[in-house]
Amino acid sequence: MAVTERREPPLEPPPVIEPGHTFASVTEKISAVVLTRKTSLGWYFGFFIGFLGLQLFLVSVTYLFIKGTYIWGVNIPVGWGFDIINFVWWIGIGHAGTLISAILLLFRQSWRTSINRFAEAMTLFAVACAGMYPIIHTGRPWLAYWLVPYPNTMNMWPNFRSPLIWDVFAVSTYATVSLLFWFVGLIPDLATLRDRSTHPAGRFIYGLLAMGWRGSAVHWHRYETAYLLLAAISTPLVLSVHTIVSFDFAVAQVPGWHATVFPPYFVAGAVFAGFAMVMIIAIPLRRFYGLQDFVTMRHFDYMGRITLATGMFVAYGYMMETFMAWYSGNPFEKYMIYNRFFGPYAPLYWLLIFCNVISIQALWFQRVRQHLGALFVISLIVSVGMWLERFIIIPVSLTRDFLPSSWGMYYPTFWDWSTFIGTMGLFVTLLFLFVRVLPMISIFEMRTLLPEAEVKDEVA
Amino acid sequence: MADAHDRDIDTDAQRSAADTAGAAMRKPRTALDLPALRAKLADRQGKAYWRSLEELAGTPEFEAYLKAEFPDQAPQMLDPLERRTFLKLMGASFALAGVSACTRQPTEKVFPYVQAPELIVPGEPLYFATAMPLGGIATGLLVESHMGRPTKIEGNPDHPASLGATDLFCQASVLGLYDPDRSQVIRQVGDVQTWANFTAALAQLMTAQKASGAGLRILSGTVTSPTFAAQIRQLLSQYPQSTWHQWEPVSRDAASAATRRAFGRPLDTQYRFDRADRVLSLDADFLGGGPGQVRYVRDYVTRRRDPETMNRLYVVETVPSNTGAMADHRLALRPAEIAEFAIAVARGLGVGVRAPQGVEAHSKLIDAVVRDLQEHRGRSIVMAGEWTAPGVHLLAHAINDALGNAGSTVLYTEPVDAAPTDTAESLRALVAAMDAGTVELLVMLDTNPVYAAPADLEFGARLAKVGTRVHYGLYVDETAELSHWHVPAAHYLESWSDARAYDGTVTILQPLIAPLYEGRTPHEVLDVLLGGGQKSSYDLVRDHWTAEWSASGSEFDVRWRKAVHDGVVAGSALPALNPTWTSRPTSWGADVLPAPPAASPDALEIAFRPDPTVYDGRFANNAWLQEVPKALSRLTWDNTAQVAPATAEKLGIGNEDVVELELNGRTVRAPVWIAPGQAAGVVTVHLGYGRRRAGQVGSGIGFNAYELRASDRPWSAGGLVIRKTPGHYGLACTQHHHSMEGRNLARVGTLEQYRDNPHFAASKSEADKSMFEPYKYTGYSWGMTVDLNACVGCNACVVACVAENNIPVVGKDQVARGREMQWIRIDRYYEGDLDNPATYQQPVFCMHCEQAPCETVCPVNATVHDHEGLNAMVYNRCVGTRYCSNNCPYKVRRFNFTLYNNPQSDVLKMVFNPDVTVRSRGVMEKCTYCVQRINFSRVRAEREQRKIRDGELLTACQQACPAEALTFGNINDADAKVTRHKAEPRNYSLLNDLGTLPRTTYLAGLRNPNPALEAKA
Repeated sequence: MAVTERREPPLEPPPVIEPGHTFASVTEKISAVVLTRKTSLGWYFGFFIGFLGLQLFLVSVTYLFIKGTYIWGVNIPVGWGFDIINFVWWIGIGHAGTLISAILLLFRQSWRTSINRFAEAMTLFAVACAGMYPIIHTGRPWLAYWLVPYPNTMNMWPNFRSPLIWDVFAVSTYATVSLLFWFVGLIPDLATLRDRSTHPAGRFIYGLLAMGWRGSAVHWHRYETAYLLLAAISTPLVLSVHTIVSFDFAVAQVPGWHATVFPPYFVAGAVFAGFAMVMIIAIPLRRFYGLQDFVTMRHFDYMGRITLATGMFVAYGYMMETFMAWYSGNPFEKYMIYNRFFGPYAPLYWLLIFCNVISIQALWFQRVRQHLGALFVISLIVSVGMWLERFIIIPVSLTRDFLPSSWGMYYPTFWDWSTFIGTMGLFVTLLFLFVRVLPMISIFEMRTLLPEAEVKDEVA
Repeated sequence: MADAHDRDIDTDAQRSAADTAGAAMRKPRTALDLPALRAKLADRQGKAYWRSLEELAGTPEFEAYLKAEFPDQAPQMLDPLERRTFLKLMGASFALAGVSACTRQPTEKVFPYVQAPELIVPGEPLYFATAMPLGGIATGLLVESHMGRPTKIEGNPDHPASLGATDLFCQASVLGLYDPDRSQVIRQVGDVQTWANFTAALAQLMTAQKASGAGLRILSGTVTSPTFAAQIRQLLSQYPQSTWHQWEPVSRDAASAATRRAFGRPLDTQYRFDRADRVLSLDADFLGGGPGQVRYVRDYVTRRRDPETMNRLYVVETVPSNTGAMADHRLALRPAEIAEFAIAVARGLGVGVRAPQGVEAHSKLIDAVVRDLQEHRGRSIVMAGEWTAPGVHLLAHAINDALGNAGSTVLYTEPVDAAPTDTAESLRALVAAMDAGTVELLVMLDTNPVYAAPADLEFGARLAKVGTRVHYGLYVDETAELSHWHVPAAHYLESWSDARAYDGTVTILQPLIAPLYEGRTPHEVLDVLLGGGQKSSYDLVRDHWTAEWSASGSEFDVRWRKAVHDGVVAGSALPALNPTWTSRPTSWGADVLPAPPAASPDALEIAFRPDPTVYDGRFANNAWLQEVPKALSRLTWDNTAQVAPATAEKLGIGNEDVVELELNGRTVRAPVWIAPGQAAGVVTVHLGYGRRRAGQVGSGIGFNAYELRASDRPWSAGGLVIRKTPGHYGLACTQHHHSMEGRNLARVGTLEQYRDNPHFAASKSEADKSMFEPYKYTGYSWGMTVDLNACVGCNACVVACVAENNIPVVGKDQVARGREMQWIRIDRYYEGDLDNPATYQQPVFCMHCEQAPCETVCPVNATVHDHEGLNAMVYNRCVGTRYCSNNCPYKVRRFNFTLYNNPQSDVLKMVFNPDVTVRSRGVMEKCTYCVQRINFSRVRAEREQRKIRDGELLTACQQACPAEALTFGNINDADAKVTRHKAEPRNYSLLNDLGTLPRTTYLAGLRNPNPALEAKA
């Protein structure tokens, strides 16, 4: 019987929550990670690794502030290197969180419930990493606040025509809304933790953060309204943030940057990278914290499909870039593509095509989408691929632009790498702190997925 | 730690004091008078501290207790002038006493400006005429001085060798003045000495020479200074058996040997390129360097402006040069082949020399050249370069004679050298005497033979045999190190002196500043040798000219003032001669025109050249010159073994490989650089590197090519062996890509193309059309043109811009990372044949685009357009996102990646132009069109209630340019030169398809190839 079920693909997809759970068991299982279970050695180990990375970041940035961007590999003609690559990469990673929380909520995709909390956390942490770069990449970071329009006696305003100013607005809005969305979504669970916490400090802190949540019908009503509104506000942000980030390039006239395909192509790429990162985080978390009941194979199946779909968008983008270079007849554009295909950085371009186009073709097969190991590896490849994409677009386009006399090469230095690895350390540190002190899956939303939560017409 | 310890002790002491005081209080005592205490406290001014009522009352018990406890200090503690106050006052008095106690100050009355001196207005620079001698040959200058501090060199428009322009060495020399590594004190074997001791010691040595003087030798560079020459003559008459040797690493020996042979005496040859329709250069880089280069560039370019009367230049050369890059026809040949080529041309023109060998391959070119020269008799020039053998010079003279050029385009004059010498022979004689041990006193004036003498002379080793060695120079260099005495030289900007230009015109050098250190002029040193030593060089130079002019009193003063003021001594140019030949070409045998060595395809030759930026090594410590990308190779901070692509291929070597060069048993290791256009089989090495004691900037960089050089073959030699080594040596090159990739960037057409369609360079693009009404410039609207037909790529503008705009030097490592800071770069593109490509040079700087891509993307409005069309850079506002640079299609913006402009020495700060901001870290910068000069002219014009006149305002690059290739002005003024240039058909914008509407536009270059030769192509 079991054997035949395995052979035949089930007509019904796997459930989003394994059967047998009750309200109490869901609450117990998720809150125990924070409140009662002994912190595992593995957590300490992971946190320690992240913390080391964070220290590396602090050292790198301190040295950067002392010496200037001189310590990086940037030069003339390549004014932007790892700084902006990593900015775009991290911002892109953040996208899946908002997409899962907001858009899937609006589309009533209930399967999102078990992954939205940590996907949103991931978004926040990725935006924190990303937001650092525009500040530290400036030559005089202590004056980076001049990018913000603030009233001053000299009547000096930023240049509103500059895409970097649009970035300031886009990223800060995105960070603010994502934080609010995440926090509002946490309030009922924070109240649960407050109520279940045995330690006075825990009760106090969670109590403070729960903002007096008592679970009354009025509370729930307001919560639902607020959450829906925030979802509606977030939804355009999913599209706008990366669209505006892509304007940094599309508005400039560097061949390889100046392309109208950039906004949709960047958004798709961002979702692509974001889902890959969600899987990179979800697969180990699910395993180490035994959350197989809540994050089921159906989630991975869906995420695999979205990854494949957005990956194909991205592939279409690559195709169109090449086509337009030929179709435009513009010699600079043509040379740009030639340089990507056969120039000094060509191996990286072909590696990018492998990562972002070829490797994901495996996701057409359900067997692959159901295999966590394969998904994990593909997600890693996609993350690398999306990083390479930014490398190809940003510095490689700059190395060879209009006047061959000023062409140059870009080689990252130790400090480029250390800053990048340092932000990964920051990300990992924040992530480990998050899973330790906050419910990584939304408890109350999971409860709504239980059969008991279904409202039945049994009124006598 | 010590403090803490002391404090512990104090606490203990107080505690025990309190105990004792307690014990004392138990005894019967005087009652306290509390009301009196109140009154006492009320009377005190300021804060009153008291420890106990007893102390406050000054009771006898307390005093007794104090005396018992602190017998020594008690009086002080009780004294109203307490210990701390006393010490403070004492300390202050000692300090003040010390200030004035050491020496008795002479009475020197200082006066404030009650009436300001006539000329000094703070903020307004003054200009003084002087001249910079290089190898003895002077270029007339006007030096800008801010409050007594020279900051910028300009050419002297009244000086025939300058006509207002300069070369890069002049431009950079102001940095040399402020070089902190300059020698600052007189030294005797490493010890600091005084001038008095030096003169005394020399007087003693000279007394010893009084008897015969045979042991006295003087070594100097070539000398044109009349004062110097007169002093030497006087010295030689006092010590008839002493010898004066002259030697220069970059000499003019071949030229003077040739005239000696042709005319029986050494003569100088001057060329009038402004009169020449056809020019044949036999390895003569007259546009790239050498005496009169600045003037020659001006004259040559004059004849390229008008397409109707355009000249034609044939260049046959071994090493690619700026002249070769400008050629209408260029041929790369080995040195021996150049001689054969010259023979063939000479025979073609009827000079009776032997038949050439091995020139069949070039017969077409030779025929064309011969016909072309024949058609322009009396209006052509054949010029032989310094690097060619005397035979080639002779042939050039013979051809010019045959063509009737002598007297019209080629002028012979008496030599400008005070005593023309075969310098190689002179040095060889000195070394022989040194080796024989007959030199007792050697005075080396402003020369560095230990470093630069040909290796076969082993000058350093033989110097040890000299009794007393006296070195006089700007630096404690390799020679100073081995000398007994070293006297610091005054920089020419600190000196009174005189010198002749290439045409003999005398300039009296006047100092712009008192010597910064103990620098002396050579005249003062010679005066010491003459038994004086008291006279200033001002007096020495004046005395000479008093005698020379046989004038005195007010007549002299008038003449002197005029000469010093003008920077030229009127009428001192040497008159043209009409020399008679003393040697007929038919008599020239193998001694003059040796048979070429048997052609062997594998034989390698070496060619030596002065470095394009550090010259013979004397500028090695000048960071501006080190960092200027060398013409054509665009390398900085290094010299290389430069080979032709074919040679590199054959030897299996590539750029940055390290090879070992062996010549006559001597070896050096050098990095390889492949130079398209170099003659195959010839390895070029540039002199001036591998300095051991140049200073912080120049020591230990590059390799020393002098170590291969032989005194008898100074410029080229056969028998070179190259061995590839596994080493790799990174070079800092500022241009890595040499092809235009089919992009129409540096536009150059032929004269024929131009006649067919004068607008051949104009683009058909409509990118400059706009839907919007363009901004109306009502006042000035600045613009610039660059005439590619004139630019010879000499780098003078680059250094002038560095000097004017306080541009920092970043060092080799940063240049290699692509972070050089010069605002002007000279792009060099090759086209066609790898072995002999057409070479185009194109200066590129900020275009001041009307639709500037940088302006829209700057997030903080740090780069904005002003109401006169300038693309302005607001350094204060820049946060350093580098977005503007990314979006600049011309990549002319430069970024301060770290604090580059950070002079390690205070004296270096004196070179800064006070009118230009010194940029700090994290700030973008670029060409400003010398906005400080615009504003200076504006203020002056407004004060005089007029508009800025065309030609009144020159940018630094424009002013330095010998070719007048750069024109700047108000394009709103229809009569302005720049507007007329922009109206020329050759005018085009770089990358005009982008719609940036650059304000700097280019005038396409023109080449005038011989139609007879074009048919082939």
